[in-house]
Amino acid sequence: MILGLDPLFTDGVDIGDVGWVLVKVIVIFVFLMVAVMLNIWFLRKVIADFQNRIGPSVAGKWGILQSLADGIKLFMKEDLVPEKADRFVFKLAPYLSLVPAFLVFAIVPLGGDFNKSRELADGTVETGALEWGDNITYLQLADPPVGILFFLAMSSLAIYGIMLAGWGSGSKYPLLGSVRASAQMVSYEAALGLAIAAVVLISGSLSTHDIVAQQAAEGWFGIVPRWNLIVTAFVPFIIFLIAGTAELNHPPFDLVEAEQELVGGFHTEYSSIRFALFFLAEFMNQITMSAIAVTLFLGGPAGPVLFGPAWIWGIIWFFAKTMFFLWGLVWVRATLPRFRYDQLMDLGWKVLIPLALAWFLLLAGIQVGQDRGWDGQDEIIFIAVFAGACLLMGSLLMAAIKTARQERLEREGVDQHG
Amino acid sequence: MTAERVLRRGHDSAVLRLSEAEAAEIGNDPDTPVDDERVLLNMGPSHPSTHGVLRLMLEMEGETVLRSKPVVGYLHTGMEKQAEQLTYLQGPTNVTRMDYAAPLFSELAFSLATEKLLEIEVPERATWIRMLMCELNRMSSHLLFMATNGMDLGAVGMMIYGWREREEVLRFFEMVTGLRMNHNYIRPGGVAADLPDGWEDEVIRLLDITAPRLDEYDVLMTGQPIWRERLQGVGVLNSDEALALSATGPLLRSTGYAWDLRRHEAYLAYDEIDFDVIVGTYGDCYDRYAIRLNEIRESMKIVRQIIDKMPAGDYRVQDKKVTPPPRVRIDESMEALIHHFKIFTEGYKVPVGEAYASVESPRGELGVYIVSDGTSTPYRMHVRGPSFINLQTMPHLMKDGLIADGVAIISSVDPIMGEVDR
Repeated sequence: MILGLDPLFTDGVDIGDVGWVLVKVIVIFVFLMVAVMLNIWFLRKVIADFQNRIGPSVAGKWGILQSLADGIKLFMKEDLVPEKADRFVFKLAPYLSLVPAFLVFAIVPLGGDFNKSRELADGTVETGALEWGDNITYLQLADPPVGILFFLAMSSLAIYGIMLAGWGSGSKYPLLGSVRASAQMVSYEAALGLAIAAVVLISGSLSTHDIVAQQAAEGWFGIVPRWNLIVTAFVPFIIFLIAGTAELNHPPFDLVEAEQELVGGFHTEYSSIRFALFFLAEFMNQITMSAIAVTLFLGGPAGPVLFGPAWIWGIIWFFAKTMFFLWGLVWVRATLPRFRYDQLMDLGWKVLIPLALAWFLLLAGIQVGQDRGWDGQDEIIFIAVFAGACLLMGSLLMAAIKTARQERLEREGVDQHG
Repeated sequence: MTAERVLRRGHDSAVLRLSEAEAAEIGNDPDTPVDDERVLLNMGPSHPSTHGVLRLMLEMEGETVLRSKPVVGYLHTGMEKQAEQLTYLQGPTNVTRMDYAAPLFSELAFSLATEKLLEIEVPERATWIRMLMCELNRMSSHLLFMATNGMDLGAVGMMIYGWREREEVLRFFEMVTGLRMNHNYIRPGGVAADLPDGWEDEVIRLLDITAPRLDEYDVLMTGQPIWRERLQGVGVLNSDEALALSATGPLLRSTGYAWDLRRHEAYLAYDEIDFDVIVGTYGDCYDRYAIRLNEIRESMKIVRQIIDKMPAGDYRVQDKKVTPPPRVRIDESMEALIHHFKIFTEGYKVPVGEAYASVESPRGELGVYIVSDGTSTPYRMHVRGPSFINLQTMPHLMKDGLIADGVAIISSVDPIMGEVDR
């Protein structure tokens, strides 16, 4: 059952449940479209603030309809297919990029009251569902058992859109962009996956709803929330942020587009609505990536109820946290210079992946220790072994890097710059 | 040893020696690479980071640039030839359009060459006004570099910050000359107009605004790890190579070779002013960035000294041959009207001879060579444009770098295409 663990389906699927799912699909679709529109406007307004400008101000109040106007303009533009392009691939690519961006949002828990739990008809206990008459359902489109793996699958699929766009354009700049894209996204996917694996390890579940429900539990001292951010001790979170930004092709990792080098990268040859689709996908991915980060590390919609109806606070917390990430993305975009291709690879393979792997092993060790009831002595032995192993692997890695550099220098000739 | 490296020809040379026809034959179709591994990539003339209309033919292996060839001429306007039709009075209007980021330097070089031919001495105040304006112009030009360099490396915010500070300088230029660029302010015999009342306050305000903002640049870029990674060790040149390629300006100074015409062939009144010549060590893009940033600070130091030392007196030479009469005299005197008319239509005659005058423009040695045949227009004018000559270092800087380094290198050589093509 793809829609998964939602309590809506505990008593079988009837026509009413299908109706519910359809309503959710429509709400999420409309929400995403509007959110992307507002996200573009938000980006332009905030970045204008960073740069002492006013930003969009003509279309609608505070220029809020700017993206709508841009979208309409792009629809009206001539749709060009370059002569040398592979026509089928060229036309297919934007959709390959857009569809995964939409789909990922299906597994994000958008709201719900995670502070109280109830027993369902079949005896299981759940939290965070919404009650509407007889129907009990989660505020998320789907909660498949594969959960977060679905996100990884979709973000891998999105690479194809970019790769094929560059390849299908039949032009050199897009080709360079797509070669960069495939290398970049494939290598950062590994770090991203390892960071997520740490969360999955702690939660013991792949389901996004379960991951959130776990984080909603009572925290330390009553005020520090039990977010995975803290439970996994920040490192996977930071790795996720960096790898996620790279996965989005967002500055400082926007080598795929790299306006100053590759003109427009993979979308150089695109115009009109096809370009708009890429644009839409890019900004939608920002929203989904932020939402996933919130779900995995910041407790998703979990948070205290201050006043009024409880369910509304889940949504408010979710949006507040997501906005925080979106703002952070704009901040990074406005400030940082772009990485170079080889530096990007260095960061991914030589820093992020080993670090994520080591941290994952550490968390796994602690988890095993807790399960088996290790005492102080066992823990000391574990930490010593872990530190030793890390040191060994680290020095091996260093030696490898050093040898590689040495060989390269020898190959190029050491007298290079006298 | 290294000077030979840059001059060598053949297949391992950095310069791509390929004619347009050959390039068109193998380069246009992405499916037919130069050989199995290499492709020919055409960067420009319209490309976001080629600073106008520079075109680069790059022979690439993957992302690595093997050989390259800068192609110029897309902005050719024939200014050197044009100068032969224009009188010496009209000359600055022409040359000011060459280096549009630092127009006052071209005017200055032209005026100095003409004054050498005329053998006139400009009043002291005119000299100091010229120095003030040129140093401010050096600031605005380097601020423009800060903006474009930041932009080329992807720090988009920096672009706006650089423009913002440059705008302050341009505001002062507008107040003095009436124009933001192409001023035609420095003319043979002095400057076009005296400084307006209250100019000191304006300049001090400008300097006070700029100083803390340069410190912000340090926070945003100088110490930024990605920034350093992107620039350090990229586009390395040493002194021998730089001299062999006759590079000047920040490009030469970045190699540690302290050559600055303000110091070594002191023109105007630079010998009365205390300033440092900024040099680098490694000759890489980072040094060139740091040199320009610190040259802004150095120019600010010079400007402050000029404010203190600005002498009173005439702002142009009182030689009736080259200086038109004051506007009020034209209403009173028939002779003044005729004199005015003659100067602006016929111009003044310049003695037979030839002269070369060079100044340290923000981009290097800017020289103007004028041959006079005794008429009121030059027989021949030649300009040594530093952008043009520095451009020939580019294939050597780019060799074996990545395409992203290439962008950083174009930016750090900082060519102004108006001056390259003239």
